[in-house]
Amino acid sequence: MSTIINFVSHLLQGKSLNVHFNDVFKFNGGIHPPQHKIESTLCPIGKLPLPEKLTLPLRQHVGNLPKIKVQVGDYVQKGQMLAEAEGTVSAAIHAPTSGIVSAIDEQIIPHPSGLPDLCISLIPDGKETWGELHPTDWRNTDKKELVNKLRASGIVGLGGATFPTHIKLRSNGTSNVHTLIINAAECEPYITCDDMLMREQADDIINGIAIVQYILGAHKSIIGIEDNKEEAITAMTNACISAEQEAITVKVVPTLYPSGDARRLIHLLLGTEIPSDKRSTDVGIQVFNVATVLAIYRYFEFGEPSISRIVTMTGNVVKPQNFEVLFGTPLMSLVKATGAVKEDTTHFIMGGPMMGFDLPNTQVPITKAANCIIAAAPNLFAAPPPAMPCIRCARCAEACPVNLQPQELYWFSKSNNFESARDYNLFDCIECGCCTYVCPSNIPLVQYYRYAKSEIIDADKATSAADLARERNDFRLARIEREKLERAQKHAERAQLAKESKSDLMLDDSIVAAHTNTETPSTDPALDKKAIIAAAIERAKAKKLAATEAGVTPKNIENVSASVQAEINTIDHIREQAAQAEIAKTSTE
Amino acid sequence: MLTALLIMLGLGLVLGMILGISALVFKVEGDPLVARIDAILPQTQCGQCGFPGCKPYAQAIAAEEADINQCPPGGDAGAQALADLMGVEFKPLNAEHGSPKPKSVAFINEAVCIGCTLCIQACPVDAILGAAKHMHTVIASECTGCELCLAPCPVDCIDMLPIAETPDNWRWQYPIIPIKAIAFVAGEVSA
Repeated sequence: MSTIINFVSHLLQGKSLNVHFNDVFKFNGGIHPPQHKIESTLCPIGKLPLPEKLTLPLRQHVGNLPKIKVQVGDYVQKGQMLAEAEGTVSAAIHAPTSGIVSAIDEQIIPHPSGLPDLCISLIPDGKETWGELHPTDWRNTDKKELVNKLRASGIVGLGGATFPTHIKLRSNGTSNVHTLIINAAECEPYITCDDMLMREQADDIINGIAIVQYILGAHKSIIGIEDNKEEAITAMTNACISAEQEAITVKVVPTLYPSGDARRLIHLLLGTEIPSDKRSTDVGIQVFNVATVLAIYRYFEFGEPSISRIVTMTGNVVKPQNFEVLFGTPLMSLVKATGAVKEDTTHFIMGGPMMGFDLPNTQVPITKAANCIIAAAPNLFAAPPPAMPCIRCARCAEACPVNLQPQELYWFSKSNNFESARDYNLFDCIECGCCTYVCPSNIPLVQYYRYAKSEIIDADKATSAADLARERNDFRLARIEREKLERAQKHAERAQLAKESKSDLMLDDSIVAAHTNTETPSTDPALDKKAIIAAAIERAKAKKLAATEAGVTPKNIENVSASVQAEINTIDHIREQAAQAEIAKTSTE
Repeated sequence: MLTALLIMLGLGLVLGMILGISALVFKVEGDPLVARIDAILPQTQCGQCGFPGCKPYAQAIAAEEADINQCPPGGDAGAQALADLMGVEFKPLNAEHGSPKPKSVAFINEAVCIGCTLCIQACPVDAILGAAKHMHTVIASECTGCELCLAPCPVDCIDMLPIAETPDNWRWQYPIIPIKAIAFVAGEVSA
């Protein structure tokens, strides 16, 4: 530990070490955790046998869930789109192999919550038949069309952030990105997937960079690689030379966690600090992961959508190695490929040891975000000693690469003082874990920040929901008020109209009465009503009489059974009696 | 002496005029205190406080006609925020007005619904969609969970469903350091 602190303090003082800094700019803080990278780089990238079942969560990227395009029982070909991007920020999902969609249901996904989410399950038929592929001649295609095509590619940032790639390449016609940075720093311990990819497929990566550079209209590209990946540096430099791409350069950065964070890498390579409320594109810089540009190249060159990725399987396994894994492959298939799991393995971590999270079980699928799976064991990751009180040593502040005040954020988060935490730029925290790593009191600082962040996000959501409810309630009250007014107005108008017509009527009546001396209209409403009813009965009788005279009888009384006929007779009898009683009554009156 | 008096008088007149004009120009519409109280209230419009909505309750609090602890959806945290704003002592929620419940949304069993529109008329935020003699349904994203639609429904086809936890709305928990049972070994305690 003391050596690390010495190193950090050396860095802070700007003393050069045995590392050749190659004109890079330094950022504050950072740590040097044990790397554990060599174990998984001894073997080339391996292939996995086709698993028995693939489970594809719809939530594999940042943004909206995609819209499912298949049904249970459908036969799908390799590379066929299973779900299409929905809304602006979203990504499509494709079939990693040919087979039959066996289920669309909720299953446990690799997520810190360990909760189930909607997944498409696929039973491979083992034939691996590709659907029709549409390679694109990207050099002679409109940039806008290329970006639109990428929307259907399912490609997301493969460094772990899983932001849909087509959004990052989209421009409003006036792209001012001048520099493309390729993130190949891979600073987190254990992870070697980008390293192995660069060693084995450097030429294709350079082609991918050329495509992205063309779409963005950038003048130059810089590949940032940490100096612990010598073979990758050599491979990429040679590939640059052989491809005669002068605009693409390889820049070596010192090994220091977290230099792979996009903003840290920009600072390292260009010395530019991006303001916290701005994006890197606002200053003309765009960052892509090295695996992402390769996926873009494969999509345009061969038409292959995003169906697999390189995953580092390391930690407490017999033979750590990198594998090309189809998305949806169960974790257990990957673990088995490295030989047996060692007995003292307690759980599996997805991502690196600094920022990763524990997986809920061994059946969760590999997703687009899974760059590394680490089998954890007590000898590799000892349970943290109990947290002690903060001694205010501010070592976390020295280690923080974002220049925050982690100790302040800790106090605010711990005491649920979220407003102050926000004021101290909690949301600039990249959750790299440097502060937790250096804390002499073993306080799980990042956990407090994550807690505070999700509480604040939740409170913000509640506030916006309340604002919406208030707006709708106000609107409803205003509407009710308006309707009431309208009704009152209508009533008034009608009353006015009735009054006018009545006076007209009375005028007419008086004239008529004066001339013909007819009966004046009765003022008793009950008598009025009786008269109306009597008139209606008369009308009905007349109608009936006319009908019988014309020889029309109700159709449904012909050919009826004896019992029904009897019923009809009784009813007729009752009617007759009633009519006679009525006549008798009127005559006595 | 006279000059000084005149200067002071003149100054007073000018400043008074500036104040008068600015009072007219920068006039604040409505009661800002009511708006601030209303901002704290959860806007469920459920009426459990005894007022016909959040705004009337806010107006009553501002006029000191109602207590700060009558809003069950706001919970104790809401009462605390109101106490801080009003400068009064915090009081725990008054159980007379109900107790806080997990956030839920109304769900209409569409097979049972007869299309009477009574729930639509009861909904304070117009979150129920439908027409007379046609099936109704709840716009879940706009439902505040106020339960006002439950009582008018003649066929009891509305249920309150608690909002399920999904990876989307899941939250990181407060870090808890678990207490572990360690085997007791005599003689090692003092060390």
